[in-house]
Amino acid sequence: MNTKTHSKLEKILASGNLAVTSECGPPRGTDPEAITKKAELIKDHVDAINITDNQTSVTRLCSLAACIHLKLMGIEPTLQMVVRDRNRIALQSDILGAASFGINNILCLSGDHQQFGDCPQGQNVFDIDSMQLIQTVRLMRDEGKFLGGDEIKQPPQMFVGAAANPFADPFEIRVPRLAKKIAAGVEFIQSQCIYNLDKFELWMKQARDRGLINKVYIMAGVTPFKSAGMAKYMKNRVPGMDVPDEVVKRLSGVPKERQPDEGINICVESIQRLKECEGVRGFHIMAIEWEEKVPEIVERSGLYPRPELDK
Amino acid sequence: MRLHYPSNIKIVKIPCTGKVDLIHLLRAMEKGADGVYVVGCLEGACQFISGNISARKRVEQAQEILESIGIGGERIQMYNLSSSEAPLFAQVATEMTEKIKEMGPNPIRLAMKKKAA
Amino acid sequence: MIVAEKKPIEEIAEEVKEFNKILITGCNECVTVCEAGGKKEVAVLASTLRMYFMNQGKDLTIDEITLERQCDHEYLEEIRNVIDQYDAVISLACGVGVQFTAEKYLRTPVFPGVNTCFMGVSEERGVWSERCQGCGQCMLGKTAGICPISRCAKRLLNGPCGGSTQGKCEISKDLDCAWQLIIDRLDELGRMGDYEEIIPIKDWSTERAGGPRKVVREDVKI
Repeated sequence: MNTKTHSKLEKILASGNLAVTSECGPPRGTDPEAITKKAELIKDHVDAINITDNQTSVTRLCSLAACIHLKLMGIEPTLQMVVRDRNRIALQSDILGAASFGINNILCLSGDHQQFGDCPQGQNVFDIDSMQLIQTVRLMRDEGKFLGGDEIKQPPQMFVGAAANPFADPFEIRVPRLAKKIAAGVEFIQSQCIYNLDKFELWMKQARDRGLINKVYIMAGVTPFKSAGMAKYMKNRVPGMDVPDEVVKRLSGVPKERQPDEGINICVESIQRLKECEGVRGFHIMAIEWEEKVPEIVERSGLYPRPELDK
Repeated sequence: MRLHYPSNIKIVKIPCTGKVDLIHLLRAMEKGADGVYVVGCLEGACQFISGNISARKRVEQAQEILESIGIGGERIQMYNLSSSEAPLFAQVATEMTEKIKEMGPNPIRLAMKKKAA
Repeated sequence: MIVAEKKPIEEIAEEVKEFNKILITGCNECVTVCEAGGKKEVAVLASTLRMYFMNQGKDLTIDEITLERQCDHEYLEEIRNVIDQYDAVISLACGVGVQFTAEKYLRTPVFPGVNTCFMGVSEERGVWSERCQGCGQCMLGKTAGICPISRCAKRLLNGPCGGSTQGKCEISKDLDCAWQLIIDRLDELGRMGDYEEIIPIKDWSTERAGGPRKVVREDVKI
């Protein structure tokens, strides 16, 4: 496949290599070291790093600024953009801002409802939804136009991604929803973290049957459990998360000090199994507050060193 | 049966407690009554199906309102008995009177007295 | 209809405590149906306020009247001859009625007695829920008669989001996921193909965002 942007992530995916990305959450303050230090730990083991956008509606240093910090370090960022907090003017504006710093990847998301965060009394925006944001980025890039119709001087060249959650309800529309996002113009997908591999593989099969895997790069999301407690929490308290009982049992069956190691084991095993799943083009390793484990996960999964591609 | 019950009670006869509306309870208190009690049929035995259930809900609303404005929610009560339970009626009448005596006169009545003076 | 809720008595009492002659006006329409501001509620509020103030040693007059509506000139005119007798009005109509009363009677302070909430339905006695936000461009034909703008917490036009769990919204187990409802209904209607159409970006200029709205029918104006 040909590439349309300068995105390193796009190049690696297009080359047929398995891509590896990870994620960092910005600090609840102004110290950029909170991001740059984490990025330093993982930069040689991933192709691009996502920066979350006020995740769970908790006010943090903005994704755009954090991406700029990464870019200045020579690391490839992926700007996560939720539609909860910004109207179409601000969204387009931030896209231009990101592109002006050479940020090449964007992930278009709805965003958790503000009720979950630190400002439950705040307004929300939802001027356009995540599907329409995908269309917007493509319009700006490929037609060089603003939503209002005017020409953009030097259009942004961004590689457009979105999230997919095969584990949310209703399951029957999760593949039609993927098809819809592809029709809207999405180019890569990062899935919600996978613990129920059977269900994920079923979703992938349905995607294959619809002929979708040649139209989009699907990256499988994984998150290592730090403890059985974390597994139980995510099973019971996080919407759209599917953690099978066997996984919780496996972790609970191990003494507390060994649970983190077991969590990493499960994660690596998942990656190894999903490598065989046709249509999976890479892995998105989300180890929030445990970024130091990413190198180990990447190495043990046989994904190190990362391919060096000529620019 | 000629049983005794306190003489300070004024009885208002109605075909069903379902006919008692919230405003009736409040007006009684507004005019200076020290307490109101609603006596209805046993739950499940209402001749008009659920009149006594509606009455109970309104009694609860009245209790909440009176409590919130400092008059005392306990001044309004609902009792359920069958019309053949005369001794129970007398007992309830006595119980209610004791309760009101304990609570003291309706502050509204005192305020009205003061105003007239 | 417009659904409203009674304001707490302490709040209302605080608003009018300095006045001596008050008129409470009810409305015979929406607020009667949702049991917040009809004739019965006017009577209850009047009685409660009288007792409240009497208990504090304050002597005041509170009168009651319930108008057919408070959003039409004809009905509000009915109090023109008496309103000057009062220092203040507590209107139990929805926010619309309170404002129209204030617009008509410039010399009398008007206070709201209810909190106006939304446009909705009576699901059952005592339960009312939201159905419409007045976006000005109804698209119910595309979503099997279920509105994603009023019933989806994120007003997604191409939902559901990844937080939909067992047919419920991520923000509350008591809230149906609007998009689950839409999908179920489309399925029942045999129109799942509609789901795959991308609903385009909405024109919000006919909604609150575009500024206070007006509908004018030149063909009907005299």
